[in-house]
Amino acid sequence: MSTILSIHNLNKVYASGFQALKNINLKIRKGEIFALLGPNGAGKTTLINAICGIVNPSDGKIIVDGFDIINDFRATRSLIGLVPQELSTDAFETVWNTVNFSRGLFGKAPNPAFIEQTLKQLSLWDKKNNTIRTLSGGMKRRLMIAKALSHEPRVLFLDEPTAGVDVNLRKDMWEQVRHLKNTGVTIILTTHYLEEAEEMADRIGIINKGEIIVTENKTDLMKKLGRKQLILDLKDPLGEIPAPLTKWALAFNPEKTQLIYTYDSTKDDNGIAQLLADLSSAGMTFKDIHTNQSSLEEIFIQLVKP
Amino acid sequence: MNIHAITAIYRFEMSRWGRTIGQSIASPVISTCLYFVVFGSAIGSRIAQIDGISYGSFIVPGLIMLSVLTESISNASFGIYFPRFTGTIYEVLSAPIDYIEILLGYVGAAASKSIILGVLILATAGFFVPLEIKHPFIMFFFLVLTSVTFSLFGFIIGIWADGFEKLQIIPMLIITPLAFLGGSFYSIKMLPVFWQNVSLLNPVVYLISGFRFSFYESADVSLPLSLLMIFVFLMVCIVLVRWIFKTGYRLKS
Repeated sequence: MSTILSIHNLNKVYASGFQALKNINLKIRKGEIFALLGPNGAGKTTLINAICGIVNPSDGKIIVDGFDIINDFRATRSLIGLVPQELSTDAFETVWNTVNFSRGLFGKAPNPAFIEQTLKQLSLWDKKNNTIRTLSGGMKRRLMIAKALSHEPRVLFLDEPTAGVDVNLRKDMWEQVRHLKNTGVTIILTTHYLEEAEEMADRIGIINKGEIIVTENKTDLMKKLGRKQLILDLKDPLGEIPAPLTKWALAFNPEKTQLIYTYDSTKDDNGIAQLLADLSSAGMTFKDIHTNQSSLEEIFIQLVKP
Repeated sequence: MNIHAITAIYRFEMSRWGRTIGQSIASPVISTCLYFVVFGSAIGSRIAQIDGISYGSFIVPGLIMLSVLTESISNASFGIYFPRFTGTIYEVLSAPIDYIEILLGYVGAAASKSIILGVLILATAGFFVPLEIKHPFIMFFFLVLTSVTFSLFGFIIGIWADGFEKLQIIPMLIITPLAFLGGSFYSIKMLPVFWQNVSLLNPVVYLISGFRFSFYESADVSLPLSLLMIFVFLMVCIVLVRWIFKTGYRLKS
């Protein structure tokens, strides 16, 4: 897959002296969904704003589809759509006018048919003549997406697109993002909902304190950094682990009704067969047995913990 | 040149103006009518002619300039400050447009509004006093040049301001006094010599003088000097705007 966005040694130091981005190097592949994760203040929005031209980088180079964002800003910005974190809208403008304004601003000739199609896809068509102030929060969020899509961008930045959006609408938005991906749009999203990244992203980047600490395929990341656990529900709670089993580094749950064995799922010999045999020899009986894979959230917390 | 972007900004600004048409047009036109009633009729009837022109007619160019100056600054400063205040400026900053196109959209719209307003006030004045425009092209040229220059100045104020209060400070505390003391309602030749010289430091004197010349061929300073002063102010504004966009002052962090 070819690269559509590449960032080389990007630094951003604000006038206050605060360094928001530290030597960022990142490549985004054409057509992928890339989730950029990080705690508050990690530098996600600064990075997006630097790519979009809203923040002046202090140092480094950003190339979008072969064009430099400074020297060829017209070419790069025409390719990019941005849905910012804040719901910044012109309250007294109509939905139709504001989306058409965005299209014009990005240098595209009016295309009412395309705007109609976009508004319909985002379930905003029946609100086209409404002023923005009359829309609900979820509708405003979709309107921001419609504005960003109005000039048919090839790269779309979604900065926390589902913040403050209810579960149903969030799932609708995920569908819309998948649809966009199917049309060939590259999507870079930031989110605080890690299940969102887990559900949608092809690749994940984690940024902390202005530095990219991990960039990995989602499945590889989960495999590499995720722990897998075998959980055995005991028939009767145990006081302590029987002596013949101490070599297995087993753990109890707080109620001591479960035995937990953490293993490396990438290894051929993960020890499960031998452990079960040892448990049987020790005369232990179980009600149930199941496995648990660490979530992205657990991996994330593990990576960014101070 | 991103023509679609310029058109989009221009239309957006004009439509915002259209939504507040009462405030945008009726208010300055009514204020001007009141000036005519008070200064033209009530007080003006007791004032002798100035340079052979009745007082009511004499104040017409000054009143137009007063409104054009204040509205140019107000419209342009609000036009750029409001997106900064609401956060929608992100869209302009991330769009494939350069600063000249941004200016053509915002300043072009603000100047257009002022020109329309100036023409409306001129038409309104026709109901109160006899009007004569000896040099209509020069009159229109001054109107356009002043509207553009002060819209550009308003744009700079809109970038500089970090609150609604600051947005009002310069028009209220500097421009309005300068306009009132710039010969809107009198000829500076009527002042003692010392104050005449002090008045020559006021740039608005040159605007009003040049504009009044186009009506009645009566001026406090020569026409070329008036034009030169406006061009100097225009250049200062252009240099400042260039610096703003080059450095991203109050637009980009």
